[in-house]
Amino acid sequence: MTEAAVPLWEVFLRARTGLAHQHVGSIHAADAELALQAARDTYTRRGEGLSIWVVPSAAITASDPGDRGPLFAPGTTKPYRHPTFYTVPDDVGHM
Amino acid sequence: MRPTPDPFTEALLARADDALVLGHRLSEWCGHAPTPEEDLALANLALDQIGLARALYAEVGAGSGRTEDELAYFRTDRDFRNCLLVEQPNGDFAHTIVRQFLYTAYADPFWRAAVGSADPALAAIAAKAELESAYHLRHASEWLIRLGDGTAESHARAQAALDALWPCTAELFEPEPKARLPDPVPLRAAWSATVDRVLARATLARPADGWAQTGGRRGRHTEAFGKMLAEMQSLARAHPGAVW
Repeated sequence: MTEAAVPLWEVFLRARTGLAHQHVGSIHAADAELALQAARDTYTRRGEGLSIWVVPSAAITASDPGDRGPLFAPGTTKPYRHPTFYTVPDDVGHM
Repeated sequence: MRPTPDPFTEALLARADDALVLGHRLSEWCGHAPTPEEDLALANLALDQIGLARALYAEVGAGSGRTEDELAYFRTDRDFRNCLLVEQPNGDFAHTIVRQFLYTAYADPFWRAAVGSADPALAAIAAKAELESAYHLRHASEWLIRLGDGTAESHARAQAALDALWPCTAELFEPEPKARLPDPVPLRAAWSATVDRVLARATLARPADGWAQTGGRRGRHTEAFGKMLAEMQSLARAHPGAVW
């Protein structure tokens, strides 16, 4: 079983209607249908899910850990991006 | 030795023994399957079957005064009523998948028909078994298609397994004394249609119906079954009454 013959798939589960699919792990499978079955057998044994997505891991484009500074650090110094930064005048009432 | 059970209890016992024996065979893969994913999948199938066996043994016990453990661990091979197909050794992965496919293609319509049983306990068991068997059939079908339509070696192994196990399939549809259980005879058409559909996609040849190996439902089993039973029952017989 080589990586080329049996590719890696990322598994996403939706636990309840209304929630988003959450990444839960990964499995190896030869194709999409077998990936769904393997995901079902590996990650929903205790009634965890209502819906499964499997995505070829190769289809995911990830950010470079080396870019963490430029991508994410500036966001931490801009409090005006949080709604709590703004005071709402009393006479506005509930928004 | 024990009172002769009524035909309904006998027929339930046959289904319970099918489930226990197939469940045990599948559990033999635990730790040995080709991939970790398939190891879990086969263990899931095994546990579904053993859960079904327990529910059915509880019903059989209620009708004959025996406990689940007595039925599973303290009967000899001649007392077991499972079909010969489920007791066949695992062989290679193709062999296990073909056995699983041929059996679940029968079990799935059987449990769907049993959902409408006049016996409320059986109908409840069937409602759960039907959902499980639908997945078992999907799992086995998808694998068989890939083995048959895969490499030259996987195709040859799948065809060899199909040819070897085919004589055991006629027994599934033997008429049996029944009451409140689906008659297996008319299920043959549904089974045959499933087999043809999947074998066509798997590019496998359906073997000709020739000599049929039967006898399991009457307690006449193959040699390998005695060895399987000895291993399965050894712990309970060495420590009677032991609990977790």
